[in-house]
Amino acid sequence: MRMPEPDRETLANRQTIAAELRRIVPGDGVIVDEDALRPFETDGLTAYRTLPLIVVLPETVEQVAAVLKYCHQNSVKVVPRGAGTSLSGGALPLADGVLLSLTKFKQILELDYENRCARVQPGVTNLAISQAVDADGYYYAPDPSSQIACTIGGNVAENAGGVHCLKYGLTTNNLLGLELVTIEGEIIRIGGKHLDSGGYDLLGLLTGSEGMLGVVTEVTVRLLPKPECARALLVGFNSSEAGGDCVAAIIAAGIIPGGMEMMDHPAINAAEDFVNAGYPRDAQALLIIELDGPEAEVDYLIEEVSRIARENGASSIRISESEQERLTFWAGRKAAFPAVGRISPDYYCMDGTIPRAKLPLVLSRMREMSDKYGLRVANVFHAGDGNLHPLIMYDANVPGELDRAEDFGNDILKLCVEVGGVLTGEHGVGVEKRDLMGEMFTDEDMAQQQRVKCAFDPKALLNPGKVFPTLHRCAELGRMHIRQGQIPFPDIPRF
Amino acid sequence: MSDAQIFRPESAEQLLETMSWLVSEKMPVNLQGRGSKRLIGNPDRSATTLDLSAFTGISLYEPEELVMSAGAATPMAEINKALDQAHQMLAYDPPNFASLLGLADKESGSLGGMIATNLAGPRRIKAGSARDHFLGFQAVSGRGEAFKSGGRVVKNVTGYDLSKLMAGSWGTLGAMHQVTVKTLPRPEKSRTVLVQGVDADEARTIMSAALNSPNEVSAACWLPKSLAERSDVDIFRHLNNSCVALRVEGPGPSVQYRCKILRDRFKSEGKIEELHTSNSARFWREIRDVSPFAAKIDDRVIWKISVAPTAGPAILSQLSNLKNAEGFLDWAGGLVWLAVDAPKMGAESLVRDAVNRHGGHATLIRGPEKLRREISIFHPQPTPLAALSRRLKDNFDPFGLLNPNRMYPGT
Repeated sequence: MRMPEPDRETLANRQTIAAELRRIVPGDGVIVDEDALRPFETDGLTAYRTLPLIVVLPETVEQVAAVLKYCHQNSVKVVPRGAGTSLSGGALPLADGVLLSLTKFKQILELDYENRCARVQPGVTNLAISQAVDADGYYYAPDPSSQIACTIGGNVAENAGGVHCLKYGLTTNNLLGLELVTIEGEIIRIGGKHLDSGGYDLLGLLTGSEGMLGVVTEVTVRLLPKPECARALLVGFNSSEAGGDCVAAIIAAGIIPGGMEMMDHPAINAAEDFVNAGYPRDAQALLIIELDGPEAEVDYLIEEVSRIARENGASSIRISESEQERLTFWAGRKAAFPAVGRISPDYYCMDGTIPRAKLPLVLSRMREMSDKYGLRVANVFHAGDGNLHPLIMYDANVPGELDRAEDFGNDILKLCVEVGGVLTGEHGVGVEKRDLMGEMFTDEDMAQQQRVKCAFDPKALLNPGKVFPTLHRCAELGRMHIRQGQIPFPDIPRF
Repeated sequence: MSDAQIFRPESAEQLLETMSWLVSEKMPVNLQGRGSKRLIGNPDRSATTLDLSAFTGISLYEPEELVMSAGAATPMAEINKALDQAHQMLAYDPPNFASLLGLADKESGSLGGMIATNLAGPRRIKAGSARDHFLGFQAVSGRGEAFKSGGRVVKNVTGYDLSKLMAGSWGTLGAMHQVTVKTLPRPEKSRTVLVQGVDADEARTIMSAALNSPNEVSAACWLPKSLAERSDVDIFRHLNNSCVALRVEGPGPSVQYRCKILRDRFKSEGKIEELHTSNSARFWREIRDVSPFAAKIDDRVIWKISVAPTAGPAILSQLSNLKNAEGFLDWAGGLVWLAVDAPKMGAESLVRDAVNRHGGHATLIRGPEKLRREISIFHPQPTPLAALSRRLKDNFDPFGLLNPNRMYPGT
């Protein structure tokens, strides 16, 4: 993975830039000392590390605007960062870039239950929103597995998902408004407490734009009343095919569970070793199906899903009889990543989405790849929406294993695209999948996306080197190749 | 070339060729799928029409994968028929404005048109709008270049989400010819609890309490007496009252259970009635299609106003002094449908002022040609936002060839 060559002039001006930033953010909000910069050198994709030029931690929107304006005027690159939990290197610093950390934006500004929304600052963690409204009977639906640590600002940048998205949607489906600061330092409000935007859907465009279009300084999220109850089923199968068939049959029966997760044999056993959740060790596939809603509905659907599971050859079925038992069912799944971390020195978490019916094919091809690369793989799968998280196990201390793990990962993602899926379901492209974008998009597709960036950031200062394999100047992207000529297709029907 | 002409490409290649030629001639075009929304917006259109009606047909529908791909101009009637057969739906309640706009063809809309205008019916509050169910597309930009975005899977964050940008762009950014959408199972049962004799403010409290309860209310609206009477559902003829309607959907036992909770909860607020399956469906179709203001019974100007749910009744009351003003609330108060007799500029400035006080936007959905020429159809944006939108437009359509002035002057 190559990042753009750092700009020598910017590197040379480091002290001047720091001094200017200190005038905007006084006190200890500007970090230049190498030891203090060290904690910021990586995000959740820890294989990549770069010390940022400077870290700045503003406390007000006006400071954010002034920092961005200064950087824009002086052509200094900026990498926005929340908690730094990105698994795709979206918040990887640049040696010649200011790292703009939003961690001091921690306030919940307003809880408006009558309009079912909350206005929060971007540094508030995902879980903190749900916790703040829990006692009043509400929650914020998207729940990425890093929800204890990840911030809502980062969730917006990556369009974060979680186990409940099949029924409740991703971040993009649960936002009402944003406050955005542009690279030019302009503060813009998009949306509010009402639905839909009057003009172009900038709210939708900004969600998942990986910090490349602007810096979010306030988020208005939808709140939902907590479901009356939730119960889960733990269903084992002798093959991943049978598990996949069961998922298809549940949806075909018109049931959209609150969560529907699948684990393969290696993942089941790693989790069971770790947390003793009572998972069937001999199963080849395990489904956790959660049904939530009014009690009468959940009881009815539990029966329906049990029946469907039996009809699809389930080898074991357990139904949670208490809240404690439901949480135990989930404990193994939620601990799947650290569980794999226990049986392997390192692991690499992938994130592709496939049409669900292709699961058996993809799993069997993955086993072949596992043999080819000599690396083990365990799979957890958001089964309802086809989002696959293969965990490739390797040892970074063995020369060449990291490279093999990355090649293995790339082959998996190419396979996802080959079967009609996509490179990333919820982790983002970042630097990790940047060079694979050509597997999904033509040069023209990517040029049109980059033109969108030009509308926001014509000098390409916001998070450059992420998402797009090639950096083009906006002037170049704006050039038109116009073919003068005859009226096309003389035989096109004209009236 | 001033003569009106229509181009009707029949393949993606022909569309690309046509657009390249239009670009080389710098010839603006009016994009048209099935023409069901042609009466919305500024009536001054380009003399040249790019007719996309050849892009029809469902190319992929896998109900158990919750996905459908179709030509952008595939009639909604065809889409709905396929969905019906698989007991599925587009969850956002796609409205049909044929009666509201007074069109002869009652089933005229297309899937692409629904997306390009990003409309949604009563289920918007629970399920989102067209943009929330729009997974991917293929299009040709105003640069004369083919581009695509998204895919056929629900969970996808690969690159910018251009689908969101295309949804609701009214054909000003590109000509979509193929679209992929998310489908969902149709609820097994639907019932509606009516609470009668409540004014808009009382309705606000009831709708809020209902939506904030765990009963998964999938639609909530309020009708004044005069508009409730316009319903074709029998019960409303004898109602002689204003009412709040709360829809509950799902498996049979669950629907019964939740309706009972809602009836008990609100029986002290007003007289309760309950609509069952077909009456419930019929009633919400009327709300979805804004039937109380259908053109054959009503010729007033129609505004669609989106605000925070708590602001809906206030907007209604602030605008109630306008000549012959009458309105109802959908989206639990967040959507105001306002009809008003307004020969002078459609009461635009008063409507806009009222909305700006609360935050939101107002769109003129129906009005005489002259009015649609004179006023801004969409809600004017603050300067920085307008400038950003303008720059986006320029990056998709640098010569302003696609549906000029359809949304905002200059876009």
